[in-house]
Amino acid sequence: MHLASGVDPHLADLSNKLIYSAMVVYTIAMFAQIFEWTFGSKGAVAVRSKEQSGNLAETVAAAGTKGGKKVTVTVAGANGGTTTLTRTALAGEGATVVTSGRGEEEVDGPGAAGTSEKADLAGRIAVSLTVLGSLLHAGGVITRGLSVSRWPWGNMYEFSCAFALAMAAAYIVLLAARKNVRWLGLPVTIAVLLTLGIATSMLYTDSDQLVPALHSPWLAIHVSTAIFCGGAFYAAFIATLLYLGKDSFDKRIAAGLTTGPLGTPASVWRRLPAASTLDKLSYRINALVFPLWTFTIIAGAIWAEAAWGKYWEWDPKETWSFITWVAYACYLHARATAGWKGRKAAYLALAAFAFWLFNFYGVNIFVTGKHSYAGI
Amino acid sequence: MSNTTTETEQPPAPDDLAAERLSSAPVESDGPTGIGAFGWARWMWRQLTSMRVALILLFLLSLAAIPGSLIPQYQNGQGQLKVEAWKAQHGTVAPIYEKLQLFDVYSSVWFSAIYILLFVSLAGCIVPRTWQFVGVLRAQPPAAPRNLTRMPVHAAWRTEADADTVNAAAHRLLRKRGFRADLSGGAVAAEKGYLREVGNLLFHLSLFALLGGFAWASLASGTGGKLMVEGEGYSNTITQLDDFNGTRFYGSDDLDPFYLKLDTFTAKFQASGSQIGAARQFTANVEYATGSDASKLKKSTIEVNHPLEIGGSKVYLIGHGFAPVVTVRNAKGEVVYSGATPFLPQDANQTSTGVVKVSDYGEKDGQRTQLGFSGFFLPTAPVSFEGTGPISLFPDDAAPELVLNAYAGDLGTDSGLPQNIYQLNMRKMTQLTQDGQPAKIRLRPGQAWDLPDGYGTVTFEGYKRWASFDVSHRPGNAIALSGAVLAILGLIGSLFVQRRRIWVRAVALPGGGTQVELAGLGRSESAKIAEELAELAVDLQDDAPASEEDDAPASEGEGEHKHEHEDDTPAPDGEEAAAGSADTEAEASDPADPAVPADQNSKE
Repeated sequence: MHLASGVDPHLADLSNKLIYSAMVVYTIAMFAQIFEWTFGSKGAVAVRSKEQSGNLAETVAAAGTKGGKKVTVTVAGANGGTTTLTRTALAGEGATVVTSGRGEEEVDGPGAAGTSEKADLAGRIAVSLTVLGSLLHAGGVITRGLSVSRWPWGNMYEFSCAFALAMAAAYIVLLAARKNVRWLGLPVTIAVLLTLGIATSMLYTDSDQLVPALHSPWLAIHVSTAIFCGGAFYAAFIATLLYLGKDSFDKRIAAGLTTGPLGTPASVWRRLPAASTLDKLSYRINALVFPLWTFTIIAGAIWAEAAWGKYWEWDPKETWSFITWVAYACYLHARATAGWKGRKAAYLALAAFAFWLFNFYGVNIFVTGKHSYAGI
Repeated sequence: MSNTTTETEQPPAPDDLAAERLSSAPVESDGPTGIGAFGWARWMWRQLTSMRVALILLFLLSLAAIPGSLIPQYQNGQGQLKVEAWKAQHGTVAPIYEKLQLFDVYSSVWFSAIYILLFVSLAGCIVPRTWQFVGVLRAQPPAAPRNLTRMPVHAAWRTEADADTVNAAAHRLLRKRGFRADLSGGAVAAEKGYLREVGNLLFHLSLFALLGGFAWASLASGTGGKLMVEGEGYSNTITQLDDFNGTRFYGSDDLDPFYLKLDTFTAKFQASGSQIGAARQFTANVEYATGSDASKLKKSTIEVNHPLEIGGSKVYLIGHGFAPVVTVRNAKGEVVYSGATPFLPQDANQTSTGVVKVSDYGEKDGQRTQLGFSGFFLPTAPVSFEGTGPISLFPDDAAPELVLNAYAGDLGTDSGLPQNIYQLNMRKMTQLTQDGQPAKIRLRPGQAWDLPDGYGTVTFEGYKRWASFDVSHRPGNAIALSGAVLAILGLIGSLFVQRRRIWVRAVALPGGGTQVELAGLGRSESAKIAEELAELAVDLQDDAPASEEDDAPASEGEGEHKHEHEDDTPAPDGEEAAAGSADTEAEASDPADPAVPADQNSKE
C-alpha cells in the first residue's frame, strides 16, 4: 500500500544530483562529438575500402587454399549494377566465413571521425562519456523510484528522465551489438540533453506518491512501453531527418552543387551512411516499434476500462495516441506503395513523430484530460 | 530510397508471371475503363479500394481526430458542462462549431464518413486478397522462371553430380528449412513466410472485430450514476439510480438486478510537500447482493483501479465528498429535520457546497413555512475567510466547519416538479436577517445556531462521507479485446516475417556435367534472401560439389564479379553489411530486365 508520507528525501535528493551530473557528462560527451565532427576528415572512403578489400581478398584466398566450399551469390542492383555475397565453408572445421561486397552506389560514409585519428579518439571519448552519463542517469532514475518505492514514471518529469534514458541506452546497446551507429552519437546526445533540459527546468516535480488512479500494475506495463516507443520513435525520427538531408545532398551533388542542403558542408554528409541505409534504419525502427505502440495503446485501453469504466473515451491523450498510431500506419503503408516511397513516406514519418511529441508535451501541458495527474 | 525517380512499373514477361507478385495486393488502375455508368462505378470502386485512396483516408482520419481533442466534447466526462462553458466564452463561433458537429466529433457525419469509407476500402481490398491467398495456399509454389540467373538474387555453378539427384537434394534441403517446396519439371519451386500474409490479413480483419466490438458497445451498453452516503444502500433500478443513460438494447428495463450498500469510505491525502492535498488512496467498503435478495450480503471494496463486478455490471468509484449531518428544530423544539445531506466538492481541497431543505417545518406565526439553508462544508476551514471567502485548505477533515445562510418561505417542493437537490429555488424564499445583515453562521461539529426571528435551531451534528459510483454495463469488451490481441499478433506476423521464394534448377549440360542454378525473390523489405540463398547453396554443395575447373559461376562474367570485390567497401560487421546490401538491391526493380519483377506494390 502506498502511504501518504512514503518518501525518502535523501534518495530523492540523490536522484536529482545524479540526473544533473548525468547532464554535465552528456554535455561534455556532446562537445567531444562536435569535436569529432569538426576535425574528422572527409577523404576517408577510398582509404578504408582499400584497406578492407585487402582483408577480403585474404579471406577468400585462405578459404580457397583449404579446399572448402565457396558460393557467390549475385544480387542485381537498382541502377544496373550488381553486388555479390560470398559465403565460404572451410573444410574440416565446418565453420562458415561470410564476406560481402557492395556496389558503388551503396557506399556508407565512414562516420564522424573519417580517417582522422584525433577525431576518432574524441569520438571514443564521447562514447565512453555517454556510457558514464547513462550510468549516472540510470542511477538517477532508479533512486527516484526507490525514494517512493514505485515505478519511476508517475509524472512528466519522471517520464522524461526515463524516456531520455531509454534513448541513451538504445544507442549504447546498438553500439555494444557492434552495429554501425556511432555516427548517431551527436544527435542522440542532443536529443537526450534536450529532453532532460526540458524535464529539469520546466517539468520538475518533487518525488512523491501517486494519485489513486495510478495505483495499478498497468503503470509498469503501459507507461514503460510508451517510454520505450518514445525513445525508438525519436531515434527513427533522427534517422529520417538525416535520410532527407542525405538524399537532398545526393541530388545536389548530382546537380553539380558542392554543398548539402541549407549550405551545410559536404564533408558532414559524406561521412554519414548512404541515404538508403538511413531510410532503411528509420523504417526498421518504426516497423519494430509499431506493434509495441499498438500494444501500448491497447494496454492503456485495458487500464482505462479498469480505472474509468470505458476502454475508449476519446480522452485527449487517447486521441493523440490514436492519431500518432494512424500516422505511423500511414507511413508503413506508404513505404509499401509505389509512388509514395522515399521522401513522401519520410515526410509522413516526420508528421507521425510530430504527433507523438505533441501527444507527450502538448497534450500534458495545454489540454486537460484524464491523463492529467500530479500537476503535469 | 535513392531510386524513387527511376522507378517504373514494368509488366513482367508472361513466362515469369509466376515470379511476379509475392504479394497479392491489388493492382492500381489508371483511369476509367469500359463504358458509361458501369465503367465509372467500377473505376470509383477501384479508386476507393486503391492503396493511394486508402492512404489518404487514413491520414484524413488522423487529422479529423484532432479537433475533438482540443474542443470540449459532449461525450467526455462532464462534457455537457464543459461544452456549455466553452460556448458561453466563444459566443460568435459556437453556432458554427455546433453546425460542424465540432462538439461531437467522434460521432459526427464527417468523421463517420471517413472511417466508414476507410473500412469499405479495407473490405474491398482485404476480402479479395483473402480469397487470393486461399488460392495460393491450395496451389503449389509458382514454377521456376525460365532463366534463373536473371532473377534479382541468384547463384550458379557446375557440378559432376546427376541433375535429378541435385534437384532432389535441393527439394529435401528446402523442406528441411521450412519451405513449401515442389519438385516438378526438372526444377524446385519453394516458398516460405506465408505467415506474413496471414498476419497481414489477420491484422486487417481484426480491425473489423474491433469495429464490431465498438459498435456493439455503443448499441447495448448503459451507464447509471449513484451517490451514496455512508450507511446508505440502493437497488439497481431506474427509480433508485440518480441518472441513467441507456441505449437501443440496454434500456431502463434491462438493468442488472443487484443491491449495493456503502458501509464506509476512506480517503488518504498527501499531508506535506509540494503536492500537499494530492489524493493518495480512496477505498469504498461496500456490501452487495446479486439479484433482488438483500439478505445475503457479501462484503467487498471498490477502489479507483478496482471496480466491483456484480452480475453483468461493473461498479466504478468515481467521486467522493462530505455530507454534513444537520438537525433542525422548530420554535417549539420539535425535530423537523435530521439527516446527512451530500455537499458537492467545488475544488481539489473539497470546498463543498450544498443545501438543506426543510420541507416539513410546519407553521410559523400561523402560516405554513418551509426553511432552506445553503452553504459550504469546509473539511479544513481557515481561521478567517477574509480575502478568500469560505474555502477549504486541505481535502481531508482536519478542521471541519459548516457555513450556512438561512432562508424561509416556500421551497416549491410541493409543485410536484423534480428539483435539483443541490440548489434552492429562491423564487419564494427570503433570506433571514440579523441586525440588518443576512444571517450567517460558521459551525463546528456539535455546535448549534439559534436562528433569528425565533425560527428555532440548527445543529451541526457531524458529517459522513459519500461516494459516487458509475454502474456500467458494457458488452462487446471481449470482442474488442480479442480483436486487439489478434491485431497485434497479425502486425507482428506482417512486419517481422519475410515472405520469399527460392527456385533451384539442375540441368544436364550437353557436354557432360550439370548446371546448377539458384534464384531467390524476396519482398521489398526482405533483408536476408541473399544470405539464405548462400546458406542453401553451401548445403547443396554437399550433394553437388562444384567442378574443379569451374570455380566460377557459369553465367555472367566471373571477372566482373572479382573486380567488384576488390573495389568493395564492406562494413565492419560482415553479417549486417551483407544483409543490408542484399536488402537494398533486391528491393529495386531493374527496368532493363524483364525477368525482374516490377516493384512489389503491396498493402502491408
